[in-house]
Amino acid sequence: MTLLRAHSVSVSLGDAPILAGLDLGIAAGEVVGLIGPNGAGKTTLLRAMAGLLTLDGGEIRVQGRPLQKIGRNTLARALAYLPQGSDSHWAVSVETLVMLGRLPHRDLWRAPSHADRVAVGRAMEACDVAEFKDRPTTHLSGGERTRVLLARALASEPRLLLADEPVAGLDPGHQLDVMEKLRDLARSGAGVVVVMHDLTLAARFCDRLALLHNKRIAAEGGPAVVLSPETLARCYGIRAYHGSAEGNTIVVPLERTGAGAGHDPA
Amino acid sequence: MTATPLGRERNREGQRLVLPLLTLAVAVTFSASLIVGPAAIGLPEILNAIFSGEADTAALIIREVRLPRAILGLTIGATLGLAGAALQGLLRNPLAEPGLIGVSASAALGAVLTFYTGLAGLFALALPLGGMAGACVGAAVVQGLAGRDGSPLTLILAGIAVTSFAAALTSLALNLAPNPFAALEIVFWLMGSLADRSFDHVWLAAPFMAAGCLLLLTLGRPLDALTLGEDAAQTLGFGLRSLRHRLVLGTALSVGAATSVAGAIGFVGLVVPHLLRPLVGHRPGALLPASALGGAVLVLTADVAVRVLSPGRELKLGVLTALVGAPFFLFLVLRLRRQLL
Repeated sequence: MTLLRAHSVSVSLGDAPILAGLDLGIAAGEVVGLIGPNGAGKTTLLRAMAGLLTLDGGEIRVQGRPLQKIGRNTLARALAYLPQGSDSHWAVSVETLVMLGRLPHRDLWRAPSHADRVAVGRAMEACDVAEFKDRPTTHLSGGERTRVLLARALASEPRLLLADEPVAGLDPGHQLDVMEKLRDLARSGAGVVVVMHDLTLAARFCDRLALLHNKRIAAEGGPAVVLSPETLARCYGIRAYHGSAEGNTIVVPLERTGAGAGHDPA
Repeated sequence: MTATPLGRERNREGQRLVLPLLTLAVAVTFSASLIVGPAAIGLPEILNAIFSGEADTAALIIREVRLPRAILGLTIGATLGLAGAALQGLLRNPLAEPGLIGVSASAALGAVLTFYTGLAGLFALALPLGGMAGACVGAAVVQGLAGRDGSPLTLILAGIAVTSFAAALTSLALNLAPNPFAALEIVFWLMGSLADRSFDHVWLAAPFMAAGCLLLLTLGRPLDALTLGEDAAQTLGFGLRSLRHRLVLGTALSVGAATSVAGAIGFVGLVVPHLLRPLVGHRPGALLPASALGGAVLVLTADVAVRVLSPGRELKLGVLTALVGAPFFLFLVLRLRRQLL
């Protein structure tokens, strides 16, 4: 079942076109890795899919309905967005912050229900943050904060999770943990879009990759197809080592081949 | 450093006690505001005066002088504390205060203009009415300048522009004041005070303060969500533009009315949320009712203090809050700096 479909989406920021006629679909039960060079528009695409941007053209449908026709709260219950490098602005406790993910499910003035507490507890366990749930969020390390914010997104039990670089700044162990959580969420029936830069991690955990380049999806499909030497040279301007270990694809960038579009300002 | 389960429980217990304790403090300071004054009137006589409707001197003093003053102290303090907490939540900045979005300065300008034009001398309520008109104009200009997006930065800039311009026009009115007495009257009024206010002032300002405060009190959830930043708050189902509109309208109604009857009373909206924030676990939503009660306590206390400290020639309330508030704020800044180092 298609949870989200972007059809011929065009977005500009100011006068600069960022996305032009982009198509992408997200199905229930899959993790889609959104990759591409810096400035390719990955965050813009994610924000557009979260309903945060006005489209110049095209249409985004969530569960079959046009995004702008879905009420704010209905959308908030179905979709969770985890912004890149986000932070907590007040020194609230970890548990309080994770509980914010339940806001779309709670009635006005109503205290958190049993279901809310269960969801928050489960999200904190899943992200390995339960043991410091009473610490202020401003006193956390970068990696701890990243996991707490992911727990907030998981606590809303979304049908669709849009995560912008959730593993940036995490140690290898927690990178694996977070990617496993995202995959678990997908296996339970949700659709997950994750922006990332680590190609090996992307190849291992994503069911499908979509490579954003030149304002549209330049390559889409299984990791083997999208991470081919030709595509990497064309879109990233790099040559990479391709290998495998224990059945997993390994892609390690070796050198820049010059002609790439890594610095393409458009 | 994990909190022990017991410490955590105690913490939550403490947070639950904040509102009842503050309510008690409001009751105590409100009573003190009725009791303290040049004429010695005991508590039984006060209760008798309020509930019996007798017309002896003591009853008149209570009903006509002290009761309106205490009610204004309570409502104005609550307004300033609440508006400060709401604005700090929206801007996610502990240094924000209600005056920042231009409402107080334009209310002051509106009131000063009634002095300047002589309208204030024609009928008693011209002054607060002028203040409210000023607040409305100021809020409308800020909304217009801030534009359609919900960005806090444009709101701050628009507020600063309106505040500066209103302050400039206030200075101009002083500069061109027809006589030194008019200028002095303006300056005194600007200092902020609750002295000599009647029930007319209460009836005029209280409905606007109540409406504004009720509006601000509904902003708890979106302000909580803003803890995660603007994008995340929007995807949690809260529109930033609607939040900003409601906040500016609520502040214009409540702070505009408060400034119109009492002049500028600074530092309450800044210091009260700052003090109470740790006691409610730093949650912006929970801080709203707490700051309303805390603001009422602070203004009532300060208003009793000016009566005790300087009977006869009364110290202006706004002067006292600034005198006490500024060093206190400095202390907070120094403590914050130590924490950051």
